[in-house]
Order: sequence, then structure tokens, then C-alpha cells
Amino acid sequence: MTAWSDPAIWGIMAALGLGTYTLRLSFLGLLGGRAIPEWALRHLRYTAVTILPALITPAVLWPEATGGQTDPARLAAAAVALIGGYVTRNAIVAIVGGMATLYLVQFAGF
Amino acid sequence: MAISTPKSAYLKGATGALPFLLVVVPFGMLFGVVGTEAGLNLAQVMGFSTLVIAGAAQFTAVQLMVDEAPTIVVIVSALAVNLRMAMYAAALAPYLGPAPFWQRAIIAYLNVDQTYAMSHQQFEAEPQMPLPARVAFFFGCATPILPMWVVATYVGAVAGAAIPPEFALDFAVPITFIALVAPGLRTLAHVSAAATSVILALALGWIPHNLWILAAGIGGMIVGAEVERRGTAQ
Repeated sequence: MTAWSDPAIWGIMAALGLGTYTLRLSFLGLLGGRAIPEWALRHLRYTAVTILPALITPAVLWPEATGGQTDPARLAAAAVALIGGYVTRNAIVAIVGGMATLYLVQFAGF
Repeated sequence: MAISTPKSAYLKGATGALPFLLVVVPFGMLFGVVGTEAGLNLAQVMGFSTLVIAGAAQFTAVQLMVDEAPTIVVIVSALAVNLRMAMYAAALAPYLGPAPFWQRAIIAYLNVDQTYAMSHQQFEAEPQMPLPARVAFFFGCATPILPMWVVATYVGAVAGAAIPPEFALDFAVPITFIALVAPGLRTLAHVSAAATSVILALALGWIPHNLWILAAGIGGMIVGAEVERRGTAQ
């Protein structure tokens, strides 16, 4: 994070804070009473399940910590987190299972 | 028994929110740890958790800053993660819209995944709930969640500096994001949207300045919306 000056970091934070607050207030305060169009709702429903996977896909396949080499431990950890989260519907189970798998496979020395 | 007084509504919200701390506290601590590891100082880590109050967007911003993406890409990508907040606002508007503006302004600040989900469920289940009780219920939900989010971030930030690299915390963010997405893969539309974004992220990785993230995300949203539309049209 050496590339970021103090003012740059606070600037990003302020922009994110203001932007997020505007989104939260939008239809509750600023656009009072206006209905959100059906087509927009239909797209908004999928923001979390699309942006987050896109962001991490390269990090799962080519982790920086291993110099971009595909790492069996990290692949296994991601798979366990995905399946664990899907089956149990519980984010904490998925995180604990994923990180435990990562440590186990690394410890086993694959 | 139906809730009528603001006091009982507040208490019901506050006690009902307690189980969510099992998610909020570890997640807040993790942000403190990851933010500190990424090079943010204590004030900056705390600034994120009090000004933005949106875990996934905070992790997104930190990840992209570590990747040295341009400032505007950091901001737009993290805000894209938060677009769902506009949906929350719209969903609560029919129930809380008649409240005084100052109350709605505070509600908006506290409108996070957990407070939204609990309130919306409650308001739907008991449509006859009076307005002051609804407002009190929302503030009840926020009472344990928001302060503990901030406290957990602080604990993580202080502890994080002491965690050695063998713990492979570089991978805590991908694992956390998978953990946030996997339980939400409820329908064919959700699965199609997520799968599309993963494929596009790989296919469009050549787009500079990390803009492939937004491209892949938007592509996934379009596919998800289209699959949903076809599903409901039948």
C-alpha cells in the first residue's frame, strides 16, 4: 500500500462513505415515494453475487503469495468454502472451513 | 403477540439482532486484520468501518488499493458492491417512508445487510405495526450490530499487527467473499450470474486498470436478471 498517500486514502474513504450513504438514503429519503423500476431491481439483486466472485477469481487461481503459481492448498480452501457455504447457508462455517483446509493442506506439505 | 409499543418493538429488535453478532464480529475483526496487514493505520481502518460500514465494499477497496488500481476504479468498484443498498432503501420505503426526515437520515446511515433483512422481514410479517414501533424496531436491530462492528474492527486492527505471515491471511479475503456469496446462490439466476462473472473475469482480465472487475460484474448482473425474467415469464 506504499503507493497511497495519507490524503489519498482518506479521500477514497470519504468518497466511499458519501457514495454508500447516498445509496442507503436514495429511495428512503431523497427520492421519497418514487418506486424503483422492476428492471433495475432485477439487476440490483445480483450485484453482490457478481462483483465479489469477479474480484477474487484471479486471486484464487493465481495467488500473489505464491508468485502467481496455482496453489493446491488455496484451490482446496476455496472449494471447501464454496461447498460449505452453499450447503450450510452459513458464512462463518464457510470461512472457518476454508481457512482450516488451507492450513491443513499447507501443513501436510503438498 | 403483536408488537404495539415502541419500547417492546425496540427490545424485540435488539434481542433478535444478537445472533447476527456471530457473523458481524468475526467479519469486523477480519477487516481490522486485513486492513492493517495491507498497510492502513489504526485511524484509517477505523475510518473505513465507521464511515463506510459495509464489509464487502471495504474489503474490495482495500484489495484494489493493494493491487494499486487507479483511485476512481477503487471507488467505483467498491460502490458497485454497495448498489444493493439502494434496493434495501427501496424495500424499506413503504414501511419507513412516512417517518420524519431526520429519522430516515439516521436509518439510512445504519441500513446494513443485517438491519435491513431483520426489519423488512418483521414489517412484512406484521403490516399493522404502527410507524413509531417500526422505527423503534429498526433502531433496536442496529443497537447491538453497529457498535460491535466498530469494536470488532478495532480488536482486529490491534491484533492483526501481531499475526505472522504463515497464517496466509492474503487468502482471507477470497475465502470471505466466497463465504458471503455461496449462501446466496439460492436460484438458477443467482448461480448463472455468479458463474458468468467468474468466466468473464478470466476472459476479460486483459482490460487495464482493474476495469475487468466492473465489466465482469455487469455482465453477470445482466445474465442473472435475464435468467430471472425468463423464469418468471413462464
